[in-house]
Amino acid sequence: MTLFIEQCLNGLQFGLLLFLLAAGLTLVFGIMDLVNLAHGSLYMIGAYFAATFAAWTGSFVLGAVLALAATLLVGMAVEVIVMRRLYGRDHIDHVLATFGLILFFDEAVRLIWGPAGLSLSLPPWLSQPVQILPGMNYSAYRLAVIVVTLAVAGFLYVLVMRTRIGMLIRAGASNREMVGALGVNIKLLYTLVFGLGAALAGLAGLMQAPILTVQIGMGENILILAFVITVIGGIGSIRGALVAALLVGFIDTLGRAFFPDILRMLLSKEAAATAAPALSSMLIYLLMAVVLVVKPEGLFSAGNK
Amino acid sequence: MRPALNLRTLVTVVLIAALVLLPLYTGLSGNRFLLTLFTRIVILAMAAVSLNLMLGYGGMMSFGHAAYLGIGGYAVGMLAHEGIDSGFVQWPVALAASALFALVIGALSLRTRGVYFIMITLAFAQMAYYMFAGLARYGGDDGLTIYKRSQFVAPVDLSNKTQFYYICLALLFGVIYLVWRLTNSRFGLVVQGARSNDLRMRAIGFPTYRYRLVCFVIAGTLCGLAGALLANQTDFVSPSIMYWTRSGDLIIMVVLGGMATPFGPLIGAVALLVLEEVLSGITEYWQIILGPLLLLVVLFARGGIDGLLTNLSGKASGQGRS
Amino acid sequence: MRKALLAASAAVLLAAGPAVAQQKTIKIGFVSTFSGPTAGIGNDMRNSFELALDHMGRKMGGIPVEVIYEDDGLKPDVGKQKTEKLIESDKVDFISGYIWSNVMLASLKPIVDSKTFLVIANAGPSQIAGELCSSTVFSTSWNNDQTPQAMGLYMNQKGVKSVFLIGPNYAAGKDMLAGVASTFKGKVIGQELTTWPSQLDFSAELAKAKASGAEAVFVFYPGAAGVQFLNQYAAAGLKGTIPLFTAFTIDELSLPLQKENAIGVTGAQEWVNDLPNEANKKFVADYRKKYTGLRPTFYGAQSYDAAQLINSAVVATKGDLSDKTKLQKAMEKADFKSVRGGFKFGNNHVPIQNFYLQDVVKDADGQLSLKTVATIVKDNQDQHHDKCPMK
Repeated sequence: MTLFIEQCLNGLQFGLLLFLLAAGLTLVFGIMDLVNLAHGSLYMIGAYFAATFAAWTGSFVLGAVLALAATLLVGMAVEVIVMRRLYGRDHIDHVLATFGLILFFDEAVRLIWGPAGLSLSLPPWLSQPVQILPGMNYSAYRLAVIVVTLAVAGFLYVLVMRTRIGMLIRAGASNREMVGALGVNIKLLYTLVFGLGAALAGLAGLMQAPILTVQIGMGENILILAFVITVIGGIGSIRGALVAALLVGFIDTLGRAFFPDILRMLLSKEAAATAAPALSSMLIYLLMAVVLVVKPEGLFSAGNK
Repeated sequence: MRPALNLRTLVTVVLIAALVLLPLYTGLSGNRFLLTLFTRIVILAMAAVSLNLMLGYGGMMSFGHAAYLGIGGYAVGMLAHEGIDSGFVQWPVALAASALFALVIGALSLRTRGVYFIMITLAFAQMAYYMFAGLARYGGDDGLTIYKRSQFVAPVDLSNKTQFYYICLALLFGVIYLVWRLTNSRFGLVVQGARSNDLRMRAIGFPTYRYRLVCFVIAGTLCGLAGALLANQTDFVSPSIMYWTRSGDLIIMVVLGGMATPFGPLIGAVALLVLEEVLSGITEYWQIILGPLLLLVVLFARGGIDGLLTNLSGKASGQGRS
Repeated sequence: MRKALLAASAAVLLAAGPAVAQQKTIKIGFVSTFSGPTAGIGNDMRNSFELALDHMGRKMGGIPVEVIYEDDGLKPDVGKQKTEKLIESDKVDFISGYIWSNVMLASLKPIVDSKTFLVIANAGPSQIAGELCSSTVFSTSWNNDQTPQAMGLYMNQKGVKSVFLIGPNYAAGKDMLAGVASTFKGKVIGQELTTWPSQLDFSAELAKAKASGAEAVFVFYPGAAGVQFLNQYAAAGLKGTIPLFTAFTIDELSLPLQKENAIGVTGAQEWVNDLPNEANKKFVADYRKKYTGLRPTFYGAQSYDAAQLINSAVVATKGDLSDKTKLQKAMEKADFKSVRGGFKFGNNHVPIQNFYLQDVVKDADGQLSLKTVATIVKDNQDQHHDKCPMK
């Protein structure tokens, strides 16, 4: 039972982290109709900034805050320099151009920080396990990640549902031309939204950094997961992204944890041990395929055609 | 496409001549690696041509085309591993398996549109990737070495580098011709019509879903052939052959060369892979040049190299763009 | 674009100029990982290989040496392509390097087909020790399962009754876990293989290990993954509760990042930096002098030995590399002073050697370093040599 609770917490933590990535992606998708493959690069850059700033300032928290601001700026710069020129183009142009950006960012990071990657170590108060139930310890840092991401999700909810900017974002997601016609400064809104998405990706990256290493290409595997989530959730829907992210987080973690045992009952031990990691990675894609076949516009489509 | 003596035709003809004469040069200079490199380019060009059929002409933006490379490759690899070396068995199996996979994937994916289509094809390709990564008997993640290339009757020997190169080249030209004929047939016109206005085509009475599905399956099958060749060329097949970045590479080739043009994907494949080879020889950080270059092509050279050549020839632009 | 294309084609054609005359230089190709998170390993191998060349005056048997380093990017297909380039385009006399078993297996065919002499400086897939062994293929490392087998023996000595195994799902990972299981006399309670190299979050696996009630955990994670594993092991509260035994998880590259999390975590290894022989003292001292701030690892030690092995054969044949049989005989003698002390080849060209137990301690400067604690097993030969047709 404790094993199950612990795995659920792991799934929750992973799912919420994925939500941060997917939220930015789905906003940019929904509002600017832009397929941004380079979203994973912003995730990577957030992690690199955090590792660098934390080393400079000697403080994990201060480093994280600085990194967040820096990623926001990088995101806005990317929007102004590149993305702006891609609005209204074919999706294929987006894919190609942002694929080019991935190559550029990967190499730029290698030039600046070297090929070996960095590590971001935690302050002592976060690196110790804490007791959450009698006889059950859990990583303090993972708990902290859960708390922070929940707070961010709440902040996003308030921002999108209760503020003027949020109103424009929602309006933009359902009818782009109309918002522009109403005299809203679309350019600035787009830059802000893209910057916000970048900052969310950066936050995900820097929070993942102490658990994983900070390395080149770290954004690419997780980017695909984020895309899967936006598509399952329905493009442009923050709520859909949250539901889908949790779904994917749980399926991935619990699949990895319990699927091998189920497989072991069906197959020989040897075959099960090697096939299980691959098959549990497939589960997410299977989920996505099923969702799209049943609901071709995702679970919570934002309503725009 | 009327053959006129302009820059675009000239470059295409020079490129084809160079490809045909290449073994002569490598034979004289003794550099066999160049032949190995270009065999690879020719094979990947074939995959790009097949992608162009659905992407360029059909407007179906598949982000999982590399899956067929893997299925074709694994058909050869797995049969070879089981001791079945005959190419007369391996290749038809490779084609049939790719066609079947494309049929299933296509039937499901074509229900969706736009970004959803991009993502669902990606999802299926990733599923194929993880499925092959899980096949412990066939090497799993590590891949499978093919100790004996596909066997055909006496004079045909795929282990002979020059012969294998010419076989690949001949098949490439065959595939280009086939795609060209297809796109100019009634079938091709319906598929292209569905790209620009699906609703109208359906209103006229064409079951476009079925046409698009057939197009999807043909593209997948041709790519499966490229996969069977690639496995023979590398004597090795691993799941990484169908990783999503490889699908991205194929898209780059098509767009870089020129979508919906007969020779665009070939030009794109040669340009991209030669550029990679040259840049990586110049600097370790070659991707920092390649990345922005792609960006520039998207922003300023719509229609890819083919479009650029057409413009330079002084002809009216706009050909080969949707 | 057209001009660029033409220029590019011209550059390729030029680069492919005619082959150089024979034996003016000894050409060695070295394939390793120089990019990505495990680039540190490749750099250490290159540093050590270069240091060995320095010690030889950059000549072997009086002939200048040229080394061409190629990056495999930790991908089997890329490694194979680079190997083909070295053989077909650069026409190297020897080829060396290879960290990863999967890259090595993918690259083996062109090497064996072209009868190029190969000295593997790290990878040790069991096939190459067994049925795929070849007259021109040599190793200065080990077979994958030897090191974990030694660890299994050590766990027996410590009276461990049950163990949980965790490793990456690729050729070496499977060999490693099978290795421990083959010598360990207690019960293997569970085994987890993770996606390699992309999976770095081990929370699900650690939770299972904890819940299994195993007395000990054995793990194999080379490079950056080893750092993450130890960090997460500590963060999950397992360090100090369940003893951890390792193979190739803690080395001089990972230790500065693992820090306190590595103290008291033992591992088996065929070379440790403090082995008391003259060749090793010189290697370690000169390495630290030449590359300030760095310490050599076992990857480097094996690469240093690889260079020495090639040198010994070139010297013995007086630089005449045309007679492959003579060269093979010279290589088999392994007539050089290895940094690990004794060195001799088995019938399959894999070394027969000692395995030591290493532990992490604070050294005289107050820095964390690896230290030899005991000799676990002497003159150990891999268990696959019977399957090798060479006698």
